[in-house]
Amino acid sequence: MSAKGKINSIEFGLMSPEMIRKLSVMTITTSDVYDVDGYPVEGGIMDPRLGVIDPGMVCRTCGNTYESCPGHFGLIVLAKPVVNVYYVKEIRDFLTYTCYECGSLLVSKDKVKYALEENVKIDMPKKCPNCSTMIEEIKFERPYTFYRGEHALTPEEIRQHLENISDEDAKVFGMENARPEWLVLTMLLVPPVSTRPSITLETGEKSEDDLTHKLVDIIRINKRLQDNLEIGAPENLIEDLWELLQYHVATYLNNELSGIPQARHRSGRALKTLAQRLKSKEGRFRYNLSGKRVNFSARTVVSPDPRIHPNEVGVPYEVAKELTIPIKVTEYNIEELRKLVRNGPDNYPGANYVITPRGIKKKILDSNKEIIAENLQVGDVVERHLMDGDVVLFNRQPSLHRMSVMAHKVRVLPAKTFRLNLVVTPPYNADFDGDEMNLHVPQTAEARAEAEQLMLVQENFRSPRFGGPILGAQQDYVSGAYLLSKEEKISKKDVVFMLSKIGKFDIDLDKEYYSGKEILSFIIPKGINIEFKSSTGEKVVIKDGVLIEGVLDEKAISAFKGKLIDVIDRVLGHKVAVDFLYDLTRLVLAYLNLRGFSMGTDDLEIPEEAEKKIQEVIDKYLTRAEKHIKAYKEGRITPTPGKNIEETLEDLIMQEMWNITNEVQEIIKKYAKDSEALVMAITGARGNIQNLAYMSGLVGQETIRGKRPSRGYRGRTLSHFKKGDLSPYARGFVRESFKKGLNPVSFFFEAMKGREGIMDSSLKTRVSGYLERRLVNALQDLKVDKDLSVRDDSGNIIQFVAGEDGIDPSKSDWGELIKGE
Amino acid sequence: MAKVRGEKGANIKELLPKKYQDLKGKELEKALERYEKMRYDYGEAIGVVAAQSISEPATQITLRAYHAAGRVQLVTTQGLPRLIEIFDARREPKTPSMKIYLDERYATDEEKAKEIASKIKETKLKDLLLEERLDLGEMVIELVIDKDKISLLNLTMEQISNAITKTTHNVEIKIEDNILFVRPTSKSIDIKDLQTLRVRLREKHVKGIKGITQILLENVNGEWVISTLGSNLRKVLEINGVDKRRTYTNNIHEVASVLGIEAARNLIVKEALETMRSQGVDTDVRHLMLVADMMCFSGEVKAIGRYGVAGSKSSVLARANFEETIKHLTRAAYRGEEDKLTSIVENVIIGNVVPVGTGTVKVKYKG
Repeated sequence: MSAKGKINSIEFGLMSPEMIRKLSVMTITTSDVYDVDGYPVEGGIMDPRLGVIDPGMVCRTCGNTYESCPGHFGLIVLAKPVVNVYYVKEIRDFLTYTCYECGSLLVSKDKVKYALEENVKIDMPKKCPNCSTMIEEIKFERPYTFYRGEHALTPEEIRQHLENISDEDAKVFGMENARPEWLVLTMLLVPPVSTRPSITLETGEKSEDDLTHKLVDIIRINKRLQDNLEIGAPENLIEDLWELLQYHVATYLNNELSGIPQARHRSGRALKTLAQRLKSKEGRFRYNLSGKRVNFSARTVVSPDPRIHPNEVGVPYEVAKELTIPIKVTEYNIEELRKLVRNGPDNYPGANYVITPRGIKKKILDSNKEIIAENLQVGDVVERHLMDGDVVLFNRQPSLHRMSVMAHKVRVLPAKTFRLNLVVTPPYNADFDGDEMNLHVPQTAEARAEAEQLMLVQENFRSPRFGGPILGAQQDYVSGAYLLSKEEKISKKDVVFMLSKIGKFDIDLDKEYYSGKEILSFIIPKGINIEFKSSTGEKVVIKDGVLIEGVLDEKAISAFKGKLIDVIDRVLGHKVAVDFLYDLTRLVLAYLNLRGFSMGTDDLEIPEEAEKKIQEVIDKYLTRAEKHIKAYKEGRITPTPGKNIEETLEDLIMQEMWNITNEVQEIIKKYAKDSEALVMAITGARGNIQNLAYMSGLVGQETIRGKRPSRGYRGRTLSHFKKGDLSPYARGFVRESFKKGLNPVSFFFEAMKGREGIMDSSLKTRVSGYLERRLVNALQDLKVDKDLSVRDDSGNIIQFVAGEDGIDPSKSDWGELIKGE
Repeated sequence: MAKVRGEKGANIKELLPKKYQDLKGKELEKALERYEKMRYDYGEAIGVVAAQSISEPATQITLRAYHAAGRVQLVTTQGLPRLIEIFDARREPKTPSMKIYLDERYATDEEKAKEIASKIKETKLKDLLLEERLDLGEMVIELVIDKDKISLLNLTMEQISNAITKTTHNVEIKIEDNILFVRPTSKSIDIKDLQTLRVRLREKHVKGIKGITQILLENVNGEWVISTLGSNLRKVLEINGVDKRRTYTNNIHEVASVLGIEAARNLIVKEALETMRSQGVDTDVRHLMLVADMMCFSGEVKAIGRYGVAGSKSSVLARANFEETIKHLTRAAYRGEEDKLTSIVENVIIGNVVPVGTGTVKVKYKG
């Protein structure tokens, strides 16, 4: 759009009857919509003067076709005025605080303002201070009836009263640039046809928009009221029709008013009228205005590819041929682009459209591609296919933080999924069990430059939430790196294999055997000095990029926790850190391919001795639990403060059950076989010791809402127990391990707990989703100003120095200038 | 011309966090160099980042307040419900709670600490009753008081009787040993009135501070600390022996009214941070500070949401876009409001570049 179309501000206001008259191009006089031939009736609600919606027709008002005719408003002159339901509260205030005879305020301005602001009742005088008219209380009955004393006011009377109020007094009520009597409608603006298009069904039947239906109702009743007024019909008949007109106009404005039945479609469905069109999530505001649809985007399933760089995204040929980038033809690239045009839309890499400087867009087809290529000129724009190295935006929903949209560089690949490196999995929270992701192609050079400089994956290495790394190795990479750093002897042949996988050919291998630490040291950048404790508890020492002591595991290379990648990023920058992760993961993968990594049930086997010890622990604490129950039955339990005896007993038993879990965990820790399962647990690759204990020790106490399960049957959890049985087995204690298998009762308790977890997480996403919406809405306009202060959109200062010290957490070292010393 | 402090090369030493202010020579240079790199960029959408930094991990926070079994402790709201409660700026938290520190004279002495604790805990009449009887013939309520309890609380029968008469009109009280005979003085009294009176009497405040329902005396690092359920900061601070500087409540509005808006702002930061930390979620304080500042910058504690911050924005379309669309639009028309299109939402709606981040600057080609 050109600059002359720029909007500076939007004014809101009420429409005066004159304005409505001026705005409308015709008066609607008949409730008939179509004539027998199916053509719109003149003076009806679909009158062609209200705009064209059919292709090939010309608008009778503005002379434009359906593409450029904006639509025109019509007019309904109401036979009798009706109240505008949007403003009943304001009308009530006007009626209450002004005199109906002279229109002056009944109490002082300040008092009125006070009453309106605080929403309280104030003492009203008995007589108007200006003209001494007796004042009766105004009562308001939802949705649109007013009473003065016992007398029900007609909209005409209300309008008369409002007309008496002076402009100055109206301001006291907060009204600006409007007249109080405009709150009572004497005429209605009819929206153009283009806002309420009718749909022609396959059967040739026409189905009208809800608004059209409602307007027809209004016109019909209005006409009847008009006719009855003209013939001087009895008053009660007129009143009934008037009331009906009021109802129709009210539901036309808002069909969810309390106190009156909703206007319904013939099928029984409530009509969607003006208010409903705008409101809530599916309304105009949130669905169409804030949520826009875009072109140049793609969506498909994602799958992993450890061999592409974390900064890249693998794009299928099918997608690359559909998404385009506009390239301006210059004398330097004309031959290149000509080649692309010649390739046409179906051969990759090709082009789909050519746009001439005059704005004519030509689609490239197999039949005309040669001609277009011939005629290609400097100044044309070619929309060429997506190619390797193009910058695109990649996104996975739910977009919970800004790293949910990052820029990647395109790698066009065969097969039909988007490919991404596993290292970028944590910020997207993506896995590959069928996740789909979206891809957007920026269309301007500015957008591409911004995306590449600010949004590229490596630029998002640190989370703005806590200032630590958010990219990193996971799962197999973690356990693999651990095993590799423990490996003592790897033959030269294998080393060559591994290094070839990451394209490192510049290392002189002069030894027959290498240790895992030496191999890892090949890729750790020089200049890195760090000492820390690994997840397994070992001391790790890296000096000038050489792994001298210890192992690499979760604490070194994982997202959120990895210290090594954290330090590399801080000392040598994002690019080196991401490149390191890329090398490391491929190296570890090569190593795991040589070594193999798997677990089976025999990993979970524990010695007889451990079994016996577990049994002892269980026996010990079960007896103690029994003792507590016995003490409770004999009334020997003293309640802890703030709790009753039953709660105290539960606490005591729960404590014993916890003891079992904890001690069994210790036993498992001690006796667990040195296996892959254990490696995964101790390195933090996946699972923990507790999970091992569940599998080979016992499941232990199941909890529902933090307590032992208690509901089900009366006084018992299942029909297999006696009423009032408080013993561990009757209240969700599971003695078996997953490996051994759960008995039916235990299985049931386990299912209860599992179900609770599912319900909790589904509820939680809803609750936290709304929290997010509210927080973002409250804070979205805040930005950092030139002087480092935080201001909102009206310029209010929220913070004098952003974050009190001006440090951006995403650039900081875990929120600090210098971490630690 | 002096540089604005956000600019490159501006004098930023004064802004350097306190703990680095004392650095000298090379170390200071290094710190300043780092600091220059770490500062916020102009136009950074700091609000959205803060909002996301809080709500993204909120999905990981537990929904229910589980508490470690067996430990003697007061159960307060935790996790997501507490976080929402803080941002909603509820008048009264679900579980108001205080931590009352004592000054040197009392802190180490258990007996003295207990004495203060007993002054603080609210005692209602129902806590002292052994039995209550209605004498329907005489129209008298007989309240049998537990003598052990009142001696433990250093109360006398007269004090109890005074506590009742102070707030209840039209009753006469006779004391006989450990029984209070409460007789309504008004003429026409039926059984129903007597019953309601009895219920009312049960809830009568006898001793302590109103609202403090439970107390727990704990020894923390060698000093006695009173934890409570229920909160009444103003009254507790009046008690002699309470350390006024450290005594703490989780009731934000109470702090705002007793100690002022700055204190309330700090409390929001502290409570929100602790709630998140206790769930194992690491979020930078700066984000919470921004939210707290946004809630408090107007001088009163405003909620995040429809009735607070989001509902009092200057932009009509931004408000209409959030919640209560119809209300905001009709009201704007009535008041003749003008939307200047300064905030994000309107610019999205009309299809402009959003005025944050790179949208705040325009590149101009200079000859």
